[in-house]
Amino acid sequence: MYPPKFDYYRATSVDEALSLLQQHGDNAKLLAGGHSLIPLMKTRLAQPAVLIDIGRIDALKGIQVDGDTLRIGPLTTHADIAASEDVQGRAAALADAAGVVGDVQVRNRGTIGGNLAHADPASDLPAAVLALGGEIEVRGPNGSRTVAADDFFQGLFTTALGGDEIITAIRIPAGGGKRVSAYVKFPHPASGYAVVGVAAVLELDGQTITSARVAANGAFECAKRLTGAEQALAGATASDEAIAAAAQRAAEGFNADDFMSDIFASSEYRAHLLGVYTRRALQKALERA
Amino acid sequence: MAEKLLGSAIRRREDPALITGRAKYTDDLKLPNMAYVAILRSPYAHARITRLDTSKAKALDGVVAVFTAEDVAQSGIPGQVPVGWLLPDMKIPTRPLLAQDRVRYVGEAVAVVVAEDRYTAHDALELIEVEYEPLSAVANPAKAVEEGAPLVHDDAPNNIAFDWEIGDKEATDQAFANAAHTVSLNLVNNRLIPNAVEPRAALADYDPVSGRLTLWMTTQNPHIHRLLMSLASLGLPEHKIRVIAPEVGGGFGSKIHHYPDEAIVSWCAMQLGRPVKWQATRAETYLTDAHGRDHVTTAEMAVDENGKITGLRVHTYANMGAYYSTFAPAVPTYLYGTLLSGEYEIPNIYCRVVGVFTHTTPVDAYRGAGRPEATFVVERLVDLMARKLGMDPAEFRRKNFIPPDKFPYQTPVALQYDSGDYEKPLNKALELVGYEQLRREQEEARKEGRYIGIGLSTYIEACGLAPSSVVGSLGAQAGQWESAIVRVHPTGKVTVYSGSSGHGQGHKTTFAQIVADILGVPYDDIEIIQGDTDEVQYGWGTYGSRSAAVGGSAIAVSAQKVVEKGRKIAAHLLEAAEDDVAFEAGKYYVKGAPDKAVTIQDVALQAYLAHNLPPGIEPALEAAAFYDPSNFTFPFGTHVAVVEVNPESGEVNLLRYVAVDDCGHVINPLIVEGQVHGGIAQGVGQALYEHAVYDEEGNLITGTLMDYAVPKARFLPSFELDRTVTPCPHNPLGVKGIGEAGTIAASAAVVNAVVDALAPFGVEHIDMPVTPEKVWRAIQGAGN
Ligand SMILES: Cc1cc2nc3c(=O)[nH]c(=O)nc-3n(C[C@H](O)[C@H](O)[C@H](O)COP(=O)(O)OP(=O)(O)OC[C@H]3O[C@@H](n4cnc5c(N)ncnc54)[C@H](O)[C@@H]3O)c2cc1C
Repeated sequence: MYPPKFDYYRATSVDEALSLLQQHGDNAKLLAGGHSLIPLMKTRLAQPAVLIDIGRIDALKGIQVDGDTLRIGPLTTHADIAASEDVQGRAAALADAAGVVGDVQVRNRGTIGGNLAHADPASDLPAAVLALGGEIEVRGPNGSRTVAADDFFQGLFTTALGGDEIITAIRIPAGGGKRVSAYVKFPHPASGYAVVGVAAVLELDGQTITSARVAANGAFECAKRLTGAEQALAGATASDEAIAAAAQRAAEGFNADDFMSDIFASSEYRAHLLGVYTRRALQKALERA
Repeated sequence: MAEKLLGSAIRRREDPALITGRAKYTDDLKLPNMAYVAILRSPYAHARITRLDTSKAKALDGVVAVFTAEDVAQSGIPGQVPVGWLLPDMKIPTRPLLAQDRVRYVGEAVAVVVAEDRYTAHDALELIEVEYEPLSAVANPAKAVEEGAPLVHDDAPNNIAFDWEIGDKEATDQAFANAAHTVSLNLVNNRLIPNAVEPRAALADYDPVSGRLTLWMTTQNPHIHRLLMSLASLGLPEHKIRVIAPEVGGGFGSKIHHYPDEAIVSWCAMQLGRPVKWQATRAETYLTDAHGRDHVTTAEMAVDENGKITGLRVHTYANMGAYYSTFAPAVPTYLYGTLLSGEYEIPNIYCRVVGVFTHTTPVDAYRGAGRPEATFVVERLVDLMARKLGMDPAEFRRKNFIPPDKFPYQTPVALQYDSGDYEKPLNKALELVGYEQLRREQEEARKEGRYIGIGLSTYIEACGLAPSSVVGSLGAQAGQWESAIVRVHPTGKVTVYSGSSGHGQGHKTTFAQIVADILGVPYDDIEIIQGDTDEVQYGWGTYGSRSAAVGGSAIAVSAQKVVEKGRKIAAHLLEAAEDDVAFEAGKYYVKGAPDKAVTIQDVALQAYLAHNLPPGIEPALEAAAFYDPSNFTFPFGTHVAVVEVNPESGEVNLLRYVAVDDCGHVINPLIVEGQVHGGIAQGVGQALYEHAVYDEEGNLITGTLMDYAVPKARFLPSFELDRTVTPCPHNPLGVKGIGEAGTIAASAAVVNAVVDALAPFGVEHIDMPVTPEKVWRAIQGAGN
């Protein structure tokens, strides 16, 4: 509960934050909403010598519709994402996910950038961003680059983000034909984090599912696509049977040890839940059609 | 004062301070020159300390001192943490303030840092160098008694702390031999962590000149702490210790016990001659607050061909943890074995309890303390037997209830129930929940593949432990009476000094209600003082649902004494015979002439002026009572839980919860309902969510609120409460305790409901907490 001493800088711009990062190297950590980092510091599991607070850089906040893209600043809070009509309308799975993060206080402080950068396996936003085909825009000393969500989540608390980089935006494709999506989770009764959470995104042409992206977090070391379910859905007619068939294939391609396991939920049970929650996510998405 | 206050739902006078942040908890207190304590705790469940070097920590800027067991020994204090309840032939290992040579559970205190601020104190903890030689550990009580299990204490073979029994073994075995049907159940009563909102804390201030120690601490019973600090831990004379309970944020039992930590803090203050404060972190409370429950039990029930229960046989391994916590030996014995008759007429009961040492945090009383465990055993067996006999569980209960005309009823396990009418709350609860209709809905739902379950718990509780002589004969090293002084000031305002020590319950409200009615003075004219050993004469404190029944009765008795003394003075003033003076609503008057009256306020002033007192009457108007009840009180009731289980995922949804409790007369319905609500939440917590889990090496793997699930408001339905009133026949208020009833009843009701829901799958039992995975596995397993 009592972190060791650290230095604190408040950055007023992305450039300033980047140069502070350069200057302090591995000893420094960016601070956004603080809802993942500060608990780690209080228990001394993380002991950064320098904190660079980016929380007041206004340019990193807010949600814009940019042509066919939804552009979300990394400092946008879960609460703002959940309440945004643009997100609800164009990327309902993300609004769902942000709306079931922790509790009110957490949603008012925690940010999407921090959530994705931290890459807790049980976080809710990664599956939604992954299923929605999102892209993460990052800036480092050598300029900006864009990483597809498919390439961003690499393992337990591990992402494609470099130590000297900052997430500057999350982009969600929101154009094209008719798209419905949803996220559902099984919350851990203690932490509220996802034991299993599934995001489903379906492109529809009439009653036909032209393509599907389904992703899960909580179940694995990081968010992953459920390709078996996706294949089952592609080209199928939207129906209970198609949903059931997809749910059946949710765990396809994964081994028992790909699944997380703890005293609350074994890997076997998580694998089972993955099917149950895939079905629920698909049902919820199609209810929005 | 026309309105009777007893029985009215007035709002709690405690709350304005609590909800505006003005209440002062221990950690809010600051003294000049105060330093901060942090305690180094063992990361091993069992290890030998081979090297302990504090020099680097001592050298850190801002560190005032670092102490180890050696320093405590050198100071010459007794340095013990004693056990306050003795059983025949029990092994009593000594429990030190700081570990010497060997640590026996994760979290055991090893060294202590005092520093100028908290951050430095915690930094210094990391600089203390300890080398441990890890030893093998055992956490599970059933495994700890096995041959070859690692020993917690060398002088307790097989880790057996005590081997206790109650009831008639032979007669019970005979009942089983003659039974028409029997059922048996192996169950684990899951270990729980108390989770008071305020973690434990202590602020100690020692004045070397006067030799006096003042200790503000999170306590449910300041006088017990003063006694044990004096006798066993610090060796300071009792009159040189003042223990104060400031605002205390809940306890649920965890703040009854005498722990090493507060004694260490006090000792540091004595060593340094400056005030020191310790505030446990949440993680620290998880490792050090005495845990609850943790039984491994085999239980059997026998019935005759008419479905009447003829026998109950129970064998329990009760985890004591690494050392005895203060009242630990009483909890799985006299608060458990004696409750196994439940609400039923059971001619033969035998129970054997083996107390077991393990390399875990000590286990002691936690809300309900023994009684929830007993209720769980009895109510699960009752449901199992009803199912075996093909009877409705409500009918089976009804058939076996102790009938109202059999009270006082002597159980075969020591208790004599003074009163009871068990069908009343059962009928009321069934009506409230719409039992018949629900059973039909359950049938219908099953046809659609939906699984609704209805669970009953018809419980009895014994609280307000008493009388002291009986409690003493059972091994208590404490009395169980309570004290009160009611002091009417010259202006007629009243101060009451109570030995109860509230920590969230609302004593100041209910106690003032009692006094207002008896003295007939305005409620706002009454102040309640508690929780300070210098202000309050003596007291055994608040736990075991004793405060209204015992503490409240003490207040009622002393208030009545005040009335009687006042009557003598009033008679003198009214120039009437004492027998002719009536007292009503704060006025003394001559019978038949109500306008010839003096108020209690008038009498108070005269009592202090003492210009005109009747002969033989001392000045002032106050009275003390040291009230020792003649028996326990026996609240009872029926709780009904309705759940729906998702057969696919195993998720349990608590749809409804109906509770009909009988706690005798109700002083304040709002407070009673609050207690019932909180109690049910904790019982539901045990049933569905809470579990303190140790791994094979004795690490607590549910060490934070991220892993240990306390019930959240959103997990719970709106409770539906009602009550029946069967007054306690032996105390002046006719009240019985209600602080624990909800917890005692609820876990059995909820588990019975889940098992009832899963009846079509043939599921007979699921151990608590009934998590979704366990339900899912039970369904999978039952198919085969
Ligand atoms: C009680 C509680 C319950 C919670 N429950 C849930 C839950 O149910 N589901 C869930 O998903 N989450 C949950 N969380 C986590 C919450 O969502 C966090 O807010 C989020 O994970 C991190 O966001 P933050 O802004 O607080 O990041 P911080 O804690 O400030 O930072 C987290 C990490 O991200 C890095 N970082 C932050 N911003 C950037 C950026 N722009 N670029 C690069 N790196 C960056 C930081 O350096 C740090 O390493 C919970 C948290 C708490 C305290």
